[in-house]
Amino acid sequence: MFITYLRRELRRRRKAALVVASGLAVGIALVIVVTSVSSGMSKAQGKVLQSLYGLGTDMTVTKAAEPTATPERPRFRFDARSEGADEEQSSDRVMVQGFQTLASSTVDEVGEQSGVADAVGGLSLQVLKVSGQFTRGQVQQDGQSGQGGGPGAAQPSPQGRVQGGGADFDVNSYTVYGTDVTEPALGPLTSSEITSGRTFKTTETDAKVAVADSAYAKEKKLETGDTVTVKGTEYEVVGIATATSGDAAANLYVPLRQAQTLADAEDKVTTIYVKATDSQRIDSVKSEIQKNISGTTVTTSADLADTVSGSLSTASSLATGVGTWLSVAVLVAAFLVAGLLTSSAVSRRVREFGTLKALGWTSGRVTRQVVGEAVVNGLVGGALGIALGLAGAYAVTAASPTLQAQLGGGTGGTGGPGGGGAGGPGQQAATTLDVALTAPVSLTTLGLAVGLAVAGGLVAGAFGGRRASRLRPADALRRIE
Amino acid sequence: MYELRGVTRRYTRGKETVHALDGIDLTIPDGDRLVIQGPTGGGKSTLLQMLGGLDRPSSGEIVLDGTDLAKLPEARLTRVRSENIGFVFQSFNLIPTLTAQENVETALVPLGVKAKERREKAAEALASVGLGERLGHLPGEMSGGQQQRVAIARALVKEPKVLLADEPTGNLDESTRDEIMDVLVRMWKELGLTFVMVTHDSAIARRAPRLATIRKGRITVRENAEA
Repeated sequence: MFITYLRRELRRRRKAALVVASGLAVGIALVIVVTSVSSGMSKAQGKVLQSLYGLGTDMTVTKAAEPTATPERPRFRFDARSEGADEEQSSDRVMVQGFQTLASSTVDEVGEQSGVADAVGGLSLQVLKVSGQFTRGQVQQDGQSGQGGGPGAAQPSPQGRVQGGGADFDVNSYTVYGTDVTEPALGPLTSSEITSGRTFKTTETDAKVAVADSAYAKEKKLETGDTVTVKGTEYEVVGIATATSGDAAANLYVPLRQAQTLADAEDKVTTIYVKATDSQRIDSVKSEIQKNISGTTVTTSADLADTVSGSLSTASSLATGVGTWLSVAVLVAAFLVAGLLTSSAVSRRVREFGTLKALGWTSGRVTRQVVGEAVVNGLVGGALGIALGLAGAYAVTAASPTLQAQLGGGTGGTGGPGGGGAGGPGQQAATTLDVALTAPVSLTTLGLAVGLAVAGGLVAGAFGGRRASRLRPADALRRIE
Repeated sequence: MYELRGVTRRYTRGKETVHALDGIDLTIPDGDRLVIQGPTGGGKSTLLQMLGGLDRPSSGEIVLDGTDLAKLPEARLTRVRSENIGFVFQSFNLIPTLTAQENVETALVPLGVKAKERREKAAEALASVGLGERLGHLPGEMSGGQQQRVAIARALVKEPKVLLADEPTGNLDESTRDEIMDVLVRMWKELGLTFVMVTHDSAIARRAPRLATIRKGRITVRENAEA
């Protein structure tokens, strides 16, 4: 009887039912879209942060910024030879990114802190390669020509001049990251995936092997099996890595010990990648490290997230601020309208409920009937809302609006551990990344929508049910007779 | 058997207190057929509601088979209504979205009768009032007389001790009125009910063995020699 009565009543009052369901549907759809867009924002921010950190890293430790000392400027020396002066000459300068390093022993110290699951060091290097050749000038003498321009290149002549000659040099700057190959799950290479060849073997702690970033490899026409020369040392390219989002951490990755040798930075690292035992304890681990290991700056993903600006940040603020409040306002309004309409429907059915009570229906049974109808109404609204919400989320994902995320930019110590060669302690440059916004709808969001639909029905049912339960049969029948 | 002792019912309308019932003393034996008449606003319907446990008196006792309905808690009063009292209203009061059979079933729902048995009993009740072919019809698809017969079937399907009818023919034409009265009287006789009916219709009143008249909340009862 409950189901039959409920079904017939909803069919009879389908217009009113549709109004209630539509109101709830709009509210629920808004919640789905806002939640999924917020989730997309978080995902986008996560991607941005992952491009700096890599997977599994909860925080990085770098050397605290010190009063700027005049860094050693790169110096290149080329021979001005008398013989074979046209030969190409080249010189590499390898510098530590940001010129700030920590002792390798700090990695162990960090690893011993309470709440730290793992810690590995990395050394970020900047390589400047200058290569080219000198061309000797020609001596012009009374219609004769002779070699000149080099020491002892021509006999002195009272009437003559040197023509031509010069230098043609190419400057190539790229980044090299020394990674701890014994800990492949942590460190800069985790923000990329190997798309060709292989990654380092854990035994290759001092091997002359390298992994090239795919963009750099494409530019330099590098393939697996090729060799690259850094400061006179040849490295076999064993793999090509592609950044999963944003820029890669470096152009080339080599074993940490090799990087230390290249930079004459034995037992030095620029960044320590830290994984906490519990993601809920990141702040306490940060405090622990800063307290126990002086002269370090600890940067968590939350710190980095605070430095994200640009349209991604604006959109994120809008979604969490305006979007959330708008959803709440629409939902509250929808709940109220549903409640008032249900209450009004009960008023129009006074005779019906009065008669049922006269027949011996208890107030509880009448209330259950009213609440049942309202909950079904809510569920219909929920189904409509989920369909609308999914369509909205799909539209956002299909449009994939591009958002810009700016990281760092003047925050020195929190500039990230060297992502894309732009971060690193002491670095002031901002990194700008384009991220496509998606609106993923999770099962939790759908569960929330169903919960809201039921809640909406219950709120509406509570309004109507209260009225129905307070109805005295004599009053009900007296009013209509 | 009903025994009413000093039953009063007062309503407050603004500053004015209206005595709908003013010290009613009345005995209605089992199997009696009592017709209540009186001017509009005299308290007829109020008395019927008191007898049916739909309303409570301001003072006095309404004893049905030894139980004072005035003092019963709401849940027990609801139970008395569901088991012992059948109602027939002037406007039929059928649920418009339910079929004739389902409308009759609503009286069995509070008794916890299983669905299959409910359907069977409802069909039997409708057959007994001559609507065996109309089980699946909605109220809107039936005439006034047919709707009132559905309401009578609904009142009687649970086999109550008491049948209370408030102007059951008030919305019907003359021929339908007689038809409905024939059904009610037949049922009263067949089932041995206590039957109390409120009516304005003198033709109907003349056929009742006992007549009560209520004026300004006071009642007088007389035997009807014409019946």
